[in-house]
Amino acid sequence: MKGMTSIVRDVTRLVAGVVMVYGVYVSCTGHLTPGGGFAGGVIIMAGVVMLVLAFGGERANELLAESRCHVLDGSGALAFALVALLGFFAGGFFVNFLPRGRVHQLVSGGMILPANLAISLKVAAGLIGIFLALVLATRQPSSQE
Amino acid sequence: MTIDLFILLLIGFMLAAGLIAVETSDLLSAVIAVGAAGFALSVIDLLLGAPDLAFPQVLVEIITLVLLIRMIMTRRDTSRQTPRDTLRTAVVLLGGGVFLVAAFLAVVGLGAGATVPAFGEPLLAGGHPGVSAAYLWQFDKDTGVANCVMGILLDYRAYDTLGEATVIFVAIMGGYVVLRKVGRKRQAQEPSP
Amino acid sequence: MGIAIYMLTFLLLLIGVYALVAKKNLVRIIMGIAILEYAVNLLLVLVGYRRDGTPPILPRGQTAAELAARAVDPLPQALVLTSIVIGLSVTALAVALAVRLYDKYGTFDMNDIRNLRG
Repeated sequence: MKGMTSIVRDVTRLVAGVVMVYGVYVSCTGHLTPGGGFAGGVIIMAGVVMLVLAFGGERANELLAESRCHVLDGSGALAFALVALLGFFAGGFFVNFLPRGRVHQLVSGGMILPANLAISLKVAAGLIGIFLALVLATRQPSSQE
Repeated sequence: MTIDLFILLLIGFMLAAGLIAVETSDLLSAVIAVGAAGFALSVIDLLLGAPDLAFPQVLVEIITLVLLIRMIMTRRDTSRQTPRDTLRTAVVLLGGGVFLVAAFLAVVGLGAGATVPAFGEPLLAGGHPGVSAAYLWQFDKDTGVANCVMGILLDYRAYDTLGEATVIFVAIMGGYVVLRKVGRKRQAQEPSP
Repeated sequence: MGIAIYMLTFLLLLIGVYALVAKKNLVRIIMGIAILEYAVNLLLVLVGYRRDGTPPILPRGQTAAELAARAVDPLPQALVLTSIVIGLSVTALAVALAVRLYDKYGTFDMNDIRNLRG
């Protein structure tokens, strides 16, 4: 896949950043509105998918290498496990020990906000990695011949 | 009652899209039909009071469409139509009929044991409200969130979410392993590809 | 009306199973898994629906006790939310397997792949 025309590339350049910021917003406000870590992670992935489709797999792989996606994926999973392990300060796995705050405030719900962020990192990095792997693997047979 | 009619129509649309996806001969149309079914499902979620599900459903549908269309665009479909087989058709119809009869008994409430609650009257609103009523009664004090679904997902039932994250991790690892460029054995045999 | 809604959902489930069992094309099998997922997710959400219910999200100036009298069941929604994302990663895994098989055998047809293995 070589990438698309310059119209598609310019529009993608304008829009993709906004899409990814929206993904971060959705995963930050998951405890107040519909959305959350899963939806936010998939939105971030959709922004990267736009970039990959518009600019081609090789260019995207230069910017965000597949191996770096593995590291981000693993660190997201580790962060979620860490959030769970922090509960031991209060007596058990997954105990929500932070203060609850007031309902409808951004900082509320204790461990739910960091858990959402960890999940969105994990989902986004994992799915971007496998999408990049698929795009790059698709090119393989033609380059061998 | 109008909402029932809407939902019925949308499920009918999903059924038509599913049939097209299974039976049409062109793979691209089949993939697009699956996408149409998914978008209809997200509208149904919205009507059923589940915006939390409609949101990721739309996104997942877009990504699935991109994945499937990318997969079939560059590849030629050489599969042939399987010839009509009377025995197979009979077995499929018989199995489907038995399943539908059992499902009907469960829905109507004639079957022994647990049955499906009537549409519009969940267990939550019945005589034995169970655990989700308890969650709904006190989630703002317990977890401090405004979105009850997220409170259940990441506080009351965080273990489920941990297992789910593990499943995603394993599936993605499996994808990496399958897509690895050159196997280790072959790499050792021929060092310069 | 409610019985018809449930039965159509079960019929959708059957279409997914039929695609899994009777079709020999890998793409159709992946689509069958997707349709099966839709049907199961839809069934779980339908079970939790309350007539004229509101989403289980607290509006400003209300307490959870007021919401609890009207909201739909949040528990199936939480479970389905995880199932949707698992569905996406399973689809990605299945697509990876199909791509790999196509690279090796040059076809999506399971019969041909079985014959070629030799």
